[in-house]
Amino acid sequence: MANATLGVPSRVWRNPVRRLGPGLAGLLGLVALIEILPRVGLVDPRFLPPFSEILAALVGQAGSIEFWLALGDTMRGWATGLAIAVVLGVVLGILIGSNQVMRAATATTIEFLRPIPSVALIPLAVLLFGPDMRSTLLLVVYASFWQMLVQVLYGAQDVDPVARETARSYRLSRWTQVRTVTWPTALPYVMTGLRLAASVALILEVTGELIIGSPGLGRSIAVAQSSGAVSIMYALVMVTGLIGVVVNLGARACELRVLRWHPSIRAEAAR
Amino acid sequence: MKRRRLEGARKALTFLGLPVLLVGLWWFASAGSQNFFWPPLRTIVEVFPETWLEGRILADVLPSLGRLAVGYLLALVVGVVLGVVIGVFRTIRRVLEPVLEFFRALPPPALIPVIMLFAGIGDEMKVVVIVTGCVWPILLNTIEGVRGLDDVLLDTAQVYRLRSSTRVRHLILRGASPRIVAGARQALSVGIILMVISEMFAASNGIGFSIVQFQRGFAIPQMWSGIILLGVCGVLLALVFRLVEARVLTWYTGMRRLQRKG
Repeated sequence: MANATLGVPSRVWRNPVRRLGPGLAGLLGLVALIEILPRVGLVDPRFLPPFSEILAALVGQAGSIEFWLALGDTMRGWATGLAIAVVLGVVLGILIGSNQVMRAATATTIEFLRPIPSVALIPLAVLLFGPDMRSTLLLVVYASFWQMLVQVLYGAQDVDPVARETARSYRLSRWTQVRTVTWPTALPYVMTGLRLAASVALILEVTGELIIGSPGLGRSIAVAQSSGAVSIMYALVMVTGLIGVVVNLGARACELRVLRWHPSIRAEAAR
Repeated sequence: MKRRRLEGARKALTFLGLPVLLVGLWWFASAGSQNFFWPPLRTIVEVFPETWLEGRILADVLPSLGRLAVGYLLALVVGVVLGVVIGVFRTIRRVLEPVLEFFRALPPPALIPVIMLFAGIGDEMKVVVIVTGCVWPILLNTIEGVRGLDDVLLDTAQVYRLRSSTRVRHLILRGASPRIVAGARQALSVGIILMVISEMFAASNGIGFSIVQFQRGFAIPQMWSGIILLGVCGVLLALVFRLVEARVLTWYTGMRRLQRKG
């Protein structure tokens, strides 16, 4: 997915109108469609209010303290869950991935546990913690942990045999081997895992809030829905989408920055 | 002969060792459990057949999987068709890129309340939820796959004046299929999640619905058996997917293997 923006030739980058123009037109078209469809009656305005009303609701939300508290809860839950999953995934991934016996022994278990849908844990989480932030955290950590682990496993396996043998002949300590051989090889995979995990974590965070009712934007959406505040509901859904876009862009920028030494990124930049 | 048998035993041990160990640990650690929330694994296994195999398999499991199948296949068709169109025409792609980015970034469950407004709370709602969630990974990967096609091949096809139907079938779809399959794999796990969540919202049957019922009624072993059932469904679907993938991408995996050797 990173290529979507990276593959653009530098010529186009220099001209912002040509680069952004068509996309902007697309976004404006969508806005116009949402404005016009309910106004002319093609869609019931009770189901889809015109864009101007959604925008007004958004502005109203931005002036309320509850909105910012909910946003803060969502972001905090997301960041905490992601951080736990990343640390667990990287540590376990490198431990398991750099040892062939461990890799073979855990393969079946990982293959079995990974496709278990994280939402299967919702009832358990509710029983254990109730409608609390911890319930959602459990889901977020479970879902994003697998994204991380699998990528780190691939990465740790990918180490160049010659490099590994060399490090061993020089009798580098285990820790130095991990730091200077395994980690740089695995880093591109780690960043891919981070990108995937970041968006999965957001999905599960909102899901948890929506269904379990732990505090956050998801719960605000559920409340707006049950009280029939359709414009507010749309505004909040839009906010979650915007957070998603920011998370994606942020993860991509982070990837570019951390990997700027890596041949794949250097080649893209030189093109 | 003896050595080969030894080799086989070692293999079986590495593959089954840890799973057996974990299940065994769970079994014995929970054996005398008085904790209400963590019933003995034995009890869970005992209630499994009476909970799911008598009646519920028809009343709940099949409707769930049916909705998943319909939604997933619809998303596959819509995603691939739209993806090919958007991927082939540069202008459409550049106009739609930010819009698609936005919809992909939107957490799919957040759309459930919106979809409920339009589609009510029946089967249609669940299918629409699954389609709207699954379509994005497939669509975006198809676009990327079509974009990444070899220009020389495309030009060659044009020079030879291949009919556009031939070009789409043998060049574009074939060439993009590794990416399409990658998208379809992501979409499958999203689909399972949405299958369960849409039933937790509003439903009268389904696996997700039953599990929530058990939880609310404090039928804890039954709830655990449902969680295990969902896990088994996830694993089986992943297996089926891998079989289909192996068939669809034989040419590709073979090519990659040759390239690596060369």
